Amino acid sequence: MKISGAEIFIESLKKEGVKHIFGYPGGVVLNIFDRLYDNKDIQLILTRHEQGAVHAADGYARSTGKPGVALVTSGPGATNTVTGIANASMDSIPLVVFSGQVPTMLIGNDAFQEADIVGISRPCTKYNYLAKDVRDLSRIVREAFYIAMSGRPGPVLIDLPKDVTASKTEFTWPEIKIRSYNPTYEGNKWMITQAAHLIAKSKKVVILAGGGVILSGGSKELKELAEYTDIPVTMTLMGLGGFPGTHELSLGMPGMHGTYYANKAIQESDLLIAIGMRFDDRVTGKIDAFAPHAKIIHIDIDPTSIRKNVRVDIPIVGDVKRVLTVLNKVLKEEVKEQWNEVCKAWLKQIDAWRKERPLTYTYSNEVIKPQFVVEKIHELTKGDAIIATEVGQNQMWTAQFYKFDKPRTLLTSGGLGTMGYGFPAAIGAQLAHPNKLVIDIAGDGSIQMNIQELATAVINKLPVKVAILNNRYLGMVRQWQELFFSERYSHTKLDESVPDFVKIAEAYGAVGLRATKPGEVEPVLKEAFKTKRTVFMDFVVDWKEKVFPMVPPGAPIDQMLFEKPEEKAEKKLKAVK
Amino acid sequence: MRHTISLLVENKFGVLSRISGLFSGRGYNIESLSVGETIDPQISIMTIVTSGDDQIIEQITKQLNKLIDVIKVVDMTELEHVEREMVLIKVAPKQEDKAEVLRLAEIFRGRVVDSSQRTYTIEVTGDEKKIEAIVELLKPMGIKEFMRTGKIAIAREGIKKIVLYIYPDPYMRF
Repeated sequence: MKISGAEIFIESLKKEGVKHIFGYPGGVVLNIFDRLYDNKDIQLILTRHEQGAVHAADGYARSTGKPGVALVTSGPGATNTVTGIANASMDSIPLVVFSGQVPTMLIGNDAFQEADIVGISRPCTKYNYLAKDVRDLSRIVREAFYIAMSGRPGPVLIDLPKDVTASKTEFTWPEIKIRSYNPTYEGNKWMITQAAHLIAKSKKVVILAGGGVILSGGSKELKELAEYTDIPVTMTLMGLGGFPGTHELSLGMPGMHGTYYANKAIQESDLLIAIGMRFDDRVTGKIDAFAPHAKIIHIDIDPTSIRKNVRVDIPIVGDVKRVLTVLNKVLKEEVKEQWNEVCKAWLKQIDAWRKERPLTYTYSNEVIKPQFVVEKIHELTKGDAIIATEVGQNQMWTAQFYKFDKPRTLLTSGGLGTMGYGFPAAIGAQLAHPNKLVIDIAGDGSIQMNIQELATAVINKLPVKVAILNNRYLGMVRQWQELFFSERYSHTKLDESVPDFVKIAEAYGAVGLRATKPGEVEPVLKEAFKTKRTVFMDFVVDWKEKVFPMVPPGAPIDQMLFEKPEEKAEKKLKAVK
Repeated sequence: MRHTISLLVENKFGVLSRISGLFSGRGYNIESLSVGETIDPQISIMTIVTSGDDQIIEQITKQLNKLIDVIKVVDMTELEHVEREMVLIKVAPKQEDKAEVLRLAEIFRGRVVDSSQRTYTIEVTGDEKKIEAIVELLKPMGIKEFMRTGKIAIAREGIKKIVLYIYPDPYMRF
């Protein structure tokens, strides 16, 4: 029986096990939206902006490990997805984004709502397709899901011309084989053995765990490795939750706003085991001065990540979970050296650094400190929540003061740094986990970038909680202006332009709460957590608060600024210049 | 250092754009490019000349290999290989230089493929040095037009050697 392209679209998604799509309708995707109208298997969540749809799909994917799916129309609908796609691409998140396109006859004619989205999205997708023939559609969908989920995951876009969704053909579900795409999953055994012996020989070892640990589901294997060898673990922003943040071997996050002891340990180490991370500049600081004494073992599924930024002594291309499984086995069975005593001295040294410069802030009775809010959230949820963040100070304070113990509990825009990511991502995660507490920790700047999604949360009865750390500034940029641009606050002061978030929430039919004094923080959070509705919490926080420690741009990561650094900052800055 | 990289790619629309986009997006430079079908019409072969230090060339070859439509990447520079490019040179010599032009064409084993009352069009094939040499010599005679193909390259014998350097076997490089 012949069915239309729109029906093939739905059949293919059903085959892929898709239950939820995030999207926004428009002229050229009407055929598909018509088929979705009375479909019982696939639910479309209408967002209020296409960017919100892609971020929601992204949050859905990060929190579940399943691919996120979005469906938008051509032209502006498609171009509005670009930020979301680029965001997913930088963080290796599997998405399949369907964009409508003008009929094939009109492509290239500058038709109404036409945009060359395949061309536009080419550099920020893992792969993209223009489905020109309805007979290719099911194969393309199947390939897209396979490409998005396999190897190093990433977003795939499928452009669907209107006539393709209307024309009919037999539905088939062909086996796929892409001869030019064969990701490497198994690490080279010889290299892994070399790595095991190097680990046994080294005295000051640090594990750098990245997002690849979470994407491959290798948290258990990582924990096993760390505990067996007594090697401390530092997790990049994307790796938070990949190793328990409350574990005694956890050093927290490294890099620009990382802990002093993580950075110190990296700089003094004689061996770094980098697992599923790519040596981002926010982690390495000044690259020439990064870990000067260390040999580096680098495990990553993407060969291009290896030796891109730093020299590597033992490269292992493969899936983190599988490589670690083999590495653990080799360490236990083939390596005879005793390294426990050596490790103890190293851990003691790290503990001394930890005591010298712990992660801290100055509590105040008068004014709410943003870090206090994050700490309270962690305390009240006992770490059992899915936390989304926006980008800026709110993100860094969350990374520092919320201890993530489980993988897939932090949704944050790491690579691209997209303000406005957190709220729609939290909506996507809440949809996938209806019974979990999902909290977006936001700033007053970021939340306004996708605030329209309040409507999506309210109408779908998604009880997302948004904790706005409201300092009336674009805080992170202001912090840089204060430290490095002589306190010239160019266009970062929002002040009276910041809207009344309580009223906004109420206008959309959500609950709005406000805390202005430290004593009100806990009651507001408790009230929000027991409310089964969407809640905006407006925490009026100390605007002067900055994220510390901080590595000034261009400095080695152990040259950090700490609280009250006025004079020091200037000195450091001069040294850097 | 200069490298000549040979690529087998799927013969589909958009593939060239993916490859050129990779170069421009990451700040690498394409010095020469040639594309053609292989014996299998579903596969195209590209020869790209680019330059950079070892680390950049390693990134380029890995990044190329990562593209879904790229089937094989071979860095010809690591192998014994033969390179050729072709030029068509339209010369408009003075009456007294005409014989010299023809003589030069002969020395360089070029062929006169077109002539008019005032011009000769000479076809020359060879490696870069040879092409540059004849261009230098013909310049004083008055070059009117000049067309040059991208470089193509083929490995000398020993196919097995090539296989060693094909990604995704990145360990082989280290």
